[in-house]
Amino acid sequence: MAAETETLQTVQALTQSGYKWGFETNVEMEFAPKGLNEDIIRLISARKEEPDWMLEWRLKAFAAWQQMQEPQWARVEHAPIDYQDIHYYAAPKKKVGPKSLDEVDPELLAMYEKLGIPLKERAILAGVDPDSVENRQIAVDAVFDSVSVATTFKETLSKAGVIFCPISEAIRDHSDLVKQYLGTVVPVSDNFFAALNSAVFTDGSFVYIPPGVRCPMELSTYFRINARNTGQFERTLIIAADRSYVSYLEGCTAPQRDENQLHAAVVELVAMDDAQIKYSTVQNWYPGDANGKGGIYNFVTKRGACRGARSKISWTQVETGSAITWKYPSCVLLGEDSVGEFYSVAVTNNHQQADTGTKMIHVGKGSRSTIVSKGISAGHSNNTYRGLVRMTPTAKDARNFTQCDSLLIGDKCGAHTVPYIESRNLTAKVEHEATTSKIADDQLFYCRQRGLSEEDAVGLIVNGFCKDVLKELPMEFAVEAQKLLAVSLEGSVG
Amino acid sequence: MLEIHGLTACIGDKEILKGIDLTVPQGEVHAIMGPNGSGKSTLGYVLSGREDYTVTGGTATFNGLDLLSMEPEERAAAGVFLAFQAPIELPGVNNANFLRTALNAIRRAHGESELDAVQFLKLARAETKRLHMPDDMLKRNVNVGFSGGEKKRNEVLQMALLRPKLAILDETDSGLDIDALKIVADGVNALRGPEFSALVITHHQRLLDHLVPTRVHVLLHGRIVRSGGPELAKELEKSGYASLIAEAA
Repeated sequence: MAAETETLQTVQALTQSGYKWGFETNVEMEFAPKGLNEDIIRLISARKEEPDWMLEWRLKAFAAWQQMQEPQWARVEHAPIDYQDIHYYAAPKKKVGPKSLDEVDPELLAMYEKLGIPLKERAILAGVDPDSVENRQIAVDAVFDSVSVATTFKETLSKAGVIFCPISEAIRDHSDLVKQYLGTVVPVSDNFFAALNSAVFTDGSFVYIPPGVRCPMELSTYFRINARNTGQFERTLIIAADRSYVSYLEGCTAPQRDENQLHAAVVELVAMDDAQIKYSTVQNWYPGDANGKGGIYNFVTKRGACRGARSKISWTQVETGSAITWKYPSCVLLGEDSVGEFYSVAVTNNHQQADTGTKMIHVGKGSRSTIVSKGISAGHSNNTYRGLVRMTPTAKDARNFTQCDSLLIGDKCGAHTVPYIESRNLTAKVEHEATTSKIADDQLFYCRQRGLSEEDAVGLIVNGFCKDVLKELPMEFAVEAQKLLAVSLEGSVG
Repeated sequence: MLEIHGLTACIGDKEILKGIDLTVPQGEVHAIMGPNGSGKSTLGYVLSGREDYTVTGGTATFNGLDLLSMEPEERAAAGVFLAFQAPIELPGVNNANFLRTALNAIRRAHGESELDAVQFLKLARAETKRLHMPDDMLKRNVNVGFSGGEKKRNEVLQMALLRPKLAILDETDSGLDIDALKIVADGVNALRGPEFSALVITHHQRLLDHLVPTRVHVLLHGRIVRSGGPELAKELEKSGYASLIAEAA
């Protein structure tokens, strides 16, 4: 695709002009040169003041990555990515963005307004340069907000004994915990993108919930405010010790722009005996324009290990953004009677491509899993559910239930369901149900005859279709997600 | 007042309405009768703006508004309501939520304030009670798993809440037992007044016993071939359409 080259060129132009006008001092210190080699990794590790073991770990990942190929099995298409044409280290905050809201795409601003995003958040989300003079007030307010809110949160959390901090901080301050768990769920050589992430990640979150603690708040608002500048290669590690509970919310309903086209995050979850982790995502990265130009490639590896007996990991995702989504939040159900859940809504419009689903690997006796996937395709988009349910010989009496529904809007889009089922235990039960439907003209007419606009009608029907998933989201986020679904599909009918 | 002149419409290349002339003054209820395939439902769809039909000629105005140039939701806001012969299912969409969204869309169009969930439920419960419908009808998904009778009653509930100025009932009585029929008739009768008019499409005289029309029209091959008072319906009940079909031929 020419689109990709063009984007890279634009990004290049932007970053280079950044060099020219942007920073008054120490330019070389803010950006590492483009390309990836051992020196760059040493630089990242040194910048982050990491212990030696971490550097070794990164180098091992890099060595593995060099031997690997990009996966080809997903139903997505894109031009080859030049991995040597990317900056792997850039100091945060010095982003080169529009100088004020006046320079931001009016369509994007209109969407923020529809979603009810507060004015000052709009500027941040649109990537307006916080250093630019006109916006100093906005930036200062936002920073002030996030600092004060974060302080309050931190006190509450530390009283409960919860550790919640940037992963780079955790590598320094909670080195033993990180060393014990990092890469144990997603090994460094798991797949091409995970290996790349392991070699070069610079940011992300670390969460540790001690035994018997129910995390006193959803780890969400804090994250939302801090969601900007999360970077290209995000790394998250969440550990829930025995009998603990945490609900973690990632992402944002507002469309986020980023000059980096390639995003390759890794999320690892570990749940011990009777622990529960609820991980909710709303992903709305910039999908590109109506022709799919300039959108984000979101290649994510998310996996949870239910290590303890009766442990439970629940993934809920609402995916509406990105030009390409490649993402399979999975559960390895090791513990006896452990539970894995995956609830997903994936919306594609215009030329977006989504290949998403889950893997449920049943090892423990009596482990159970539920998969509910709702795919909505509109425009010229392609939406694929790809899911694996594996019952290993030890998974006595394990059960899985899968429900995959696709909704088509218009006649130029595609919906595909690719379930893989492997059962090597005769006592295990696997159920799979799938449906494909279209928003019928008579449904639209019925709603409009009652006074609803066409777009409200589509929103209502789509939200009805996704209800089983949306009800799994934390309350206040479910409301935002409903609006988001309607906005994402605007203009898709008629 | 609904005024239709020389209305012609087709679906695909098949002409169904071949020149309808009809006037329904405010405050009147008119019945449309006629054999299957004569164009009764098409008339209802064309007046409410269903896109599968192409209007090829003529005019239709309601209180001076050119209905044919308006979007379906604009017609709804102007007070046009179609009770569907086969009400549509909306999986996952809660009936109360649907009704409130519809009611608020219409209130917004009239510059009225929207009702919150509590205000709406109070109103909706009063109507369900009046229509002898169970409360759980509001909690269920729109028409999903409803029996034929429940679907028709749900249409009447919507009509009662939306308070249209022109109600078009497309065989709302078909498949109903006597009790349900009476509920439908009562629903329309409750709305009757100087500001309300209705077009009642039906095959059966028995609905018209409970819902006495001002005028009765017979639609045949896309034209109104006869009009008269309520006695015309009784006459048709006895003699059928055969003589009219013979006349038209």
